[in-house]
Amino acid sequence: MTTEPVGSDLDHGQPVDTVECAGLTPDQRQPYRELGLKDDEYQRIVRILGRRPTDAELAMYSVMWSEHCSYKSSKVHLAYFGKTTTDDMRARMLAGIGENAGVVDIGGGWAVTFKVESHNHPSYVEPYQGAATGVGGIVRDIMAMGARPIAVMDQLRFGPADAKDTRRVLHGVVAGVGGYGNCLGLPNIGGELVFDRSYAGNPLLNAGCVGAMRVEDLHLAHASGAGNKVILFGARTGLDGIGGVSVLASDTFSGEESAGRRKKLPSVQVGDPFTEKVLIECCLELYRAGVVVGIQDLGGAGLSCATSELASAGDGGMHVWLDRVPLRAEGMTPAEILSSESQERMMAIVRPDDMDAFLRVCDRWEVLATEIGEVTETGRLVITWHGHVVVDVPPRTVAHEGPVYQRPVERPADQDALRAAGPESLTRPSTPRELRELLLRMVSSPNLASKRWVTEQYDRYVRGNSVLAQPSDSGMVRVDEETGRGVAMSTDCNGRYCKLDPYIGAQLALAEAYRNVATTGATPLAVTDCMNFGSPEDPGVMWQFEQAVRGLADGCRELGIPVTGGNVSFYNQTGEVAILPTPVVGVLGVIDDVGRRVPTGLTDEPDQTLLLLGDTRDEFGGSEWAHVVHDHLGGVPPTVDLARERLLGEVLVAASRAGMLLAAHDLSEGGLAQAVVESCLLGSVGARIVLPEGSDPFVQLFSESAGRVLVAVSNAVVPAFTEMCASRGLPLTEIGIATPESGILHIDGVATLGLDELRDAWEGALPALFD
Amino acid sequence: MTKIGVITFPGTLDDADAARAVSSAGADAVALWHADADLRGVDAVVVPGGFSYGDYLRCGAIARFAPVMGEVIAGASKGMPVLGICNGFQILCEAGLLPGALLRNAKLHFVCRDQWLRVDNTETAWTSRFDRDAEILVPLKNIDGRYIADKSTVDRLEGEGRVVFRYVHGNPNGSVNDIAGVCSANGRVVGLMPHPEHAIATLTGPSDDGLDLFRSVLDAVVNP
Repeated sequence: MTTEPVGSDLDHGQPVDTVECAGLTPDQRQPYRELGLKDDEYQRIVRILGRRPTDAELAMYSVMWSEHCSYKSSKVHLAYFGKTTTDDMRARMLAGIGENAGVVDIGGGWAVTFKVESHNHPSYVEPYQGAATGVGGIVRDIMAMGARPIAVMDQLRFGPADAKDTRRVLHGVVAGVGGYGNCLGLPNIGGELVFDRSYAGNPLLNAGCVGAMRVEDLHLAHASGAGNKVILFGARTGLDGIGGVSVLASDTFSGEESAGRRKKLPSVQVGDPFTEKVLIECCLELYRAGVVVGIQDLGGAGLSCATSELASAGDGGMHVWLDRVPLRAEGMTPAEILSSESQERMMAIVRPDDMDAFLRVCDRWEVLATEIGEVTETGRLVITWHGHVVVDVPPRTVAHEGPVYQRPVERPADQDALRAAGPESLTRPSTPRELRELLLRMVSSPNLASKRWVTEQYDRYVRGNSVLAQPSDSGMVRVDEETGRGVAMSTDCNGRYCKLDPYIGAQLALAEAYRNVATTGATPLAVTDCMNFGSPEDPGVMWQFEQAVRGLADGCRELGIPVTGGNVSFYNQTGEVAILPTPVVGVLGVIDDVGRRVPTGLTDEPDQTLLLLGDTRDEFGGSEWAHVVHDHLGGVPPTVDLARERLLGEVLVAASRAGMLLAAHDLSEGGLAQAVVESCLLGSVGARIVLPEGSDPFVQLFSESAGRVLVAVSNAVVPAFTEMCASRGLPLTEIGIATPESGILHIDGVATLGLDELRDAWEGALPALFD
Repeated sequence: MTKIGVITFPGTLDDADAARAVSSAGADAVALWHADADLRGVDAVVVPGGFSYGDYLRCGAIARFAPVMGEVIAGASKGMPVLGICNGFQILCEAGLLPGALLRNAKLHFVCRDQWLRVDNTETAWTSRFDRDAEILVPLKNIDGRYIADKSTVDRLEGEGRVVFRYVHGNPNGSVNDIAGVCSANGRVVGLMPHPEHAIATLTGPSDDGLDLFRSVLDAVVNP
């Protein structure tokens, strides 16, 4: 133990602020505002500690009490999820909100964990690394539950496709998602790609991951058992991703690089997927060896988060020798080490008797593992630096008892005007020729065009269990190779609908994800969300947020599936202008045998009838047609009927079990026209569509009414299937036939289009923009 | 039962898939570890795909020095069949078991697609079950898949019929002469960029065309 005097040069020639020093210098000015803490928040820390915090403590509190880590603006609203989750809904939930990720029992002794997280701001500043580390972070969350990650997804939103900055951000983000995920060996099974002006200065990168484990292998993040060891393993800790905490250093060292000791590194972290791949295999071997008591990944807020969360979830005490942390930069201060967001690190709690076995596994995988602390019964998190106490805090005050805000909530003054300016006055196409032109224009518009340019850069095959991947309605992976049990997942959100009505918009997102899962034959089980909104300090944004949370929670209760976890990202705005409210909703479903999955594209079986399930109404508020043709957003979004969605889901799953469905495709943005074109092109199969007599072809083809699915069944099965729908009260319309050898899509009275012409329009759009 | 080894390096990704393909073909898949100079008595070896050592320095450049590779090279010199897939192909090129090198794709980004290949040589240890000129559909997924060699090497490979697989219906990455895979002079060592181990069932792949590589080697170890 070293015995340098307090506040003097302890290690690398830099003074360190200790608890003792803090007690002696109560009035020392601290740069808490630069670290993002408000005056009253700082005073609260002083009250908790009974003295001013040390630099290291200030760093910990400031990152852990940030919006990102503490959910201080959203907490009061998120509580509504708990209030609306019934015991029935909880029945299959093994872990829920508050854990690293939600976990559900999918039967057969298997548990599945899944989550979607945002990494929006880093992806704008440094698209490649921001996106890469977004994937890396969510994968470690899944790993920390004890699961093997089995698939990833990405939900991307950018400014207008033809804007110059979109090219910069999109290329980097797509390369980053692919570069990390591909090298990690996880199949990318789907996601979203949306272009809208509101994301121009604030693109969204949400990344999702699904993991699987045997039910008994579930690991929760807690540090229990006094005397157990705290092990930090994986990559070394460096100066990357330190962000705001660097003001602590610059305050002391005048902030000039020339005057300081080193160059500051970017505040966006740098990812190393190779290290993470090795870390995954190492973790899984540690789990199998049974030598892990508790585990936590190091993501946002790094060691500050891992130590305080593990300690406060366990028996309540931990001692950490911070000088033992392996570093990759010289002269890092305790505050910097605690705040570093260096990637590919994990923290485990290990019984002393298991230490040898633990280290042997790490050694086999050449993973650096260091004992940096011990679980104690003191009820305090104590961190020392070369023998001096630099942190001494009650861990719950850092991890769980941060400030909670009841932010002002107010429906925006212009909401009524927005809803009043509906699409009714917009000019509609009237002749067959105009409808044909519109169809081609729509399928080649950036939001409806094939996403192949993006998804071709992602490995969807690795691990050999991908049954469905983009452009299928949901991604599907086999979990159990013996029985064929698997899971399906879809994520959806239409920010335009949410802008018009965030309550209904969130329910429409839920409905679509639910429908997408059921369309592939899987039974929806559980929900996760990733809430992307503007500034919580704007009462209008808080209203959007509150409405979206309530809509989603009420919707989940109606569908009978629980929200098992989620993520909130605020401050997504440029100046005063917020992004479209974007509550991305992910639905996970189970399928007992992936062999009966329903493909999205038409198959070349002879004698197929195409049936449209659900009702089509004149609904164009927030539609892609209004966006593409008129650059218009106003009115009200499509009606949502969750009872109908539930019924539709039941019919789809029952029909899949009965082997009735040759193909099925959900209708969403772009309506029936888009669904038919995609079904034809994905299967390279033509079709003849006959719209209902006397109907308005424009409404039939382009309305975005919810609760609809296009299915293909054998002619011989039509009576039985029709009877099945009729007996359950699900509307069904015979809409056409598949014409496998024709090579054309013929819409009676409207247009005849060659599949080649359609393919050029649909698949050519993104390469023309981005190659 | 025929034993076929599947090597795992740090960063190997498709080892489980290669093992599954070996089992599907009716052989016994044996896990081989990069750090062990031991082939555990296997009759043939698959060097699977992935990003061994993160592709740092150069694809395959570090993995070729792994202890297990010394044994693979020694085995190959005695006629043991070896198959390198994707990163495995890159490793075999680095190890000098196959000629040529793999460079960044023509469009500079990762390409994952279902790719048609023509089987140009059915005399190798890994392709005897195919009909000559058969076209097969197999996933391709890589960022460094552009095959290149100097002109005299390419001429020699072409002249000796050592181009085993060739891209058809479009060259995805700019490989010289549309070359997707090549073999050693004795036809026992084969390397290709596309992934036959991901085409063993239509449930999870575009076809089951890849299975015949793993079936072919069963004959090859019986009739060397």
